[in-house]
Amino acid sequence: MRTSFAALLASVALAGTTLACTSPATAQTVAITGGTVALGDGSAPIPNGTVVFANGRVVAAGAGTAVPAGATVIDARGKWVTPGLVTGPNDLGLLDADGVAESNDVSARTSPFSAGIDVAAVINPLSVAIGNERLGGVTRALVSPGAAGSIFGGQGAVIDLGNDPDPVTRARAFQFVELGEVGGRLAGGSRPAAHAALRDALVQAQDYRRDPAAFDGRTRDALVKRADAQGLLDVIDGKVPLLVHVERASDIRAVLALPRTYPRLKLVLVGATEGWMVAREIAAARVPVIAAALADLPASFEQVGATESNVGLLTRAGVVTGISTIGANDAPGEHVVKQYAGNLVAITRVPGAVGLEWGQAFAAITSRPAEALGMASEIGSLRPGRRADVVIWNGDPLELSSAPEAVWIDGRAQPTRSRQTRLRDRYRTPTEGALPKAYEY
Amino acid sequence: MKRKAWAGAAVSLALVACGGNEAPPRSAGESAGGRAVSTAEKQPAPGRNRGYAHDPFPSTYRPYPGVPTLVRNVTIYDGEGGRIERGSVLFANGKVVALGQSLDAPAGATVIDGTGKWVTPGIIDIHSHLGDYPTPSVQAHSDGNEATDPVTADVWAEHSVWPQDPGFGRALVNGGVTALQILPGSANLFGGRSVVLKNVYARTVQGMKFPGAPYGLKMACGENPKRVYGGRTRRPATRMGNIAVDRATWARAAKYRRDWDNFEANGGKAPDRDIAMDTLRGVLAGEISVQNHCYRADEMAIVLDMAREFGYKVTAFHHAVEAYKIADLLKASNTCAAVWADWYGFKMESYDGIGENLALLHKAGACVTIHSDDENGIQRLNQEVAKALASGRRAGIDVPDAQAWTWLSYGPAKALGIADRTGSLRPGKMADVVLWNGDPFSVYTRPDKVWVDGALLYDASDPKRRPLSDFELGQPGRDPGVALGDVK
Repeated sequence: MRTSFAALLASVALAGTTLACTSPATAQTVAITGGTVALGDGSAPIPNGTVVFANGRVVAAGAGTAVPAGATVIDARGKWVTPGLVTGPNDLGLLDADGVAESNDVSARTSPFSAGIDVAAVINPLSVAIGNERLGGVTRALVSPGAAGSIFGGQGAVIDLGNDPDPVTRARAFQFVELGEVGGRLAGGSRPAAHAALRDALVQAQDYRRDPAAFDGRTRDALVKRADAQGLLDVIDGKVPLLVHVERASDIRAVLALPRTYPRLKLVLVGATEGWMVAREIAAARVPVIAAALADLPASFEQVGATESNVGLLTRAGVVTGISTIGANDAPGEHVVKQYAGNLVAITRVPGAVGLEWGQAFAAITSRPAEALGMASEIGSLRPGRRADVVIWNGDPLELSSAPEAVWIDGRAQPTRSRQTRLRDRYRTPTEGALPKAYEY
Repeated sequence: MKRKAWAGAAVSLALVACGGNEAPPRSAGESAGGRAVSTAEKQPAPGRNRGYAHDPFPSTYRPYPGVPTLVRNVTIYDGEGGRIERGSVLFANGKVVALGQSLDAPAGATVIDGTGKWVTPGIIDIHSHLGDYPTPSVQAHSDGNEATDPVTADVWAEHSVWPQDPGFGRALVNGGVTALQILPGSANLFGGRSVVLKNVYARTVQGMKFPGAPYGLKMACGENPKRVYGGRTRRPATRMGNIAVDRATWARAAKYRRDWDNFEANGGKAPDRDIAMDTLRGVLAGEISVQNHCYRADEMAIVLDMAREFGYKVTAFHHAVEAYKIADLLKASNTCAAVWADWYGFKMESYDGIGENLALLHKAGACVTIHSDDENGIQRLNQEVAKALASGRRAGIDVPDAQAWTWLSYGPAKALGIADRTGSLRPGKMADVVLWNGDPFSVYTRPDKVWVDGALLYDASDPKRRPLSDFELGQPGRDPGVALGDVK
């Protein structure tokens, strides 16, 4: 059975008009043929490749991949086929508009809870931004609570951006903590206070483990509540990675020392603008980084060493490095990570700068963030067995002119319309016709 | 994780008050009428616009020397919509001399083979806070919003600009930005005067000022002013309060203008000097442009009526994420929209932002330009336009690349009143020129060389031909040649 690309798009568009979009034939085998395939694992793009998925998982992808009998075949000649983008830490599904406080569940300044805060239950998969960003090719996100009442943000989740009611891929996928300038401020005014707060919280968590009944986690003044302690035990035990936001080289060194006390700790550095200055130490500690992609300004005194070559140098040193919108103005949305990745390729042509090869750059927005969380076997690439998050682009996905033409998440075809496309269509001609604009939809 | 350009608004209480009404006119000696104190004595008529100094902080910018330069075998966007394939551009003595299919190099000229490269006019950012919100973004540098009163038409952005902002260098080197307008923030209805700069480091802001560029007045509508002042239980606390304070202020300005026009023409008792009203008088006289922060379509329409009521023109609405909804009204009033490519959803009034804003406005024949409002975005304005172009094309609006370059240089130059001197490669104009190492609408392209007034101020292949601000000197990883190519 061979379905034309246009017909496929039409059927996807149709699915998009009914919000339900109930798992259309996930059991069906789909083969996308003839496109340039980027696996997302760091390898170079493969011309004329094939991607096969079924039951929500990738079966095979690459050159010479056979098309199974009975598969729905989609012709992607002249197009690119890739895994969807994996972005974060960010706030997708936690708010409707950042500046609208009523809608904003990112942080809780006056909450008595800290590390115990868990975003998984409150992700809103129907938030407009999720629909918009899905059309930009983002299929998974590391959704993080922001720290406001303490150095701990709490427990973040990995979500999918699918048009369905169940967004959570992994609840409690990481704990988020601030240990730089922001951490110092939140801890009462200094970095040492932030480190004291972290050490004390980890010690208290162990107190809770030793004797839960004796643990003072319910009184008003308790610094660590029971939920916080449980969240931190998961961190101490290495079950949940600890994402630490730091920028300065010396702060990074201080964080890298933590496993001496807590050997099972799984650290991930976030931001790490001055990471290039301690790249060998980060690599030796086998700590992954989710970096501010293009931060090249001394935006603060913890970022005076900022350079666009940071990600390239970290990668060259052997650090697993993903990129994010952290530190940048993320008002344009999460899909801009692909532009950032493209810029990291661009600087390979600037004398003296250190960037990324194309495959590495694309991995920085697909498999690397997944790998940082220990989820690379699930998401972020088109290697066999991964969740079938597949995007067909009209060209090189890092190029500014390119956009998705079709998106699957867990093997399910996604809508090709969003609230933004509806606004565009309503105002193609700005003036009113026979009736007010409110009647045009 | 999220930063916004107006983030400083709510907290930036200036430590040093600007006593606008007491400030004596610096150039009072030009005429007797320039004295601030009112006297009973009958004074002679000073003559039109001679009652007080209009340019008390004059530009001291001087172009740096260049050599006659011919760039050959390049794709040229002339900035006014024209495109030349495998063409040549010649500039000398700081000015564009010629562009065409093939030009001869004058004796002594530097000849550059630009095969595979592009030449464009330098990018002009009509909305920047470099210098008044410089990096490092510490509280001590939060100089963009005089958020002590909703009407601060008396403040001038140039008095906040720190000429050592590292952002100027990044905008030049990565962004090919050769001129930019620095605006006060949007906390206030009347935010103060803007200043237009050449993107050339100097010890003083006067040394960066674009010679002869008209001033702008920053205004703001919508959420920011009403949030900042409503939160202090004072006017304005609502959108209607915004407009009420605006109109009361314009009414005062109209009287001030009448009084000074009358005095300058007829002499008599000099009116009391009011620095804020000087600026508004300049707007009403057409000497100062209005650069109006405004997101929502309905609010822009109200502002346009208010402008008609008081007889001034809104030159550009900035941010204008809903401009596409009133492209016809903007065209009719000849008002530009200065917008982002794809920012949306970060506050209520940006909820309806779409990537087709530029293309839809262009299609409707309205004036439109890109802008950054961001120290990172200003490094990639060509890429922002590329995204907007692509969104337009996907919606069936096919704007040619060379046309789209008008959104980056000629359009902003017109809206800033400097299009007769820069913004395109017309012979005789300032040689503000970028040589790109490829198609400037590709993500893989960066500036190769940047000239301002014909002086080579960035060369990717020369580690010393790039600026390094005082702040960065001696900082880790900063010195050219020591570390990294993009390190300045």
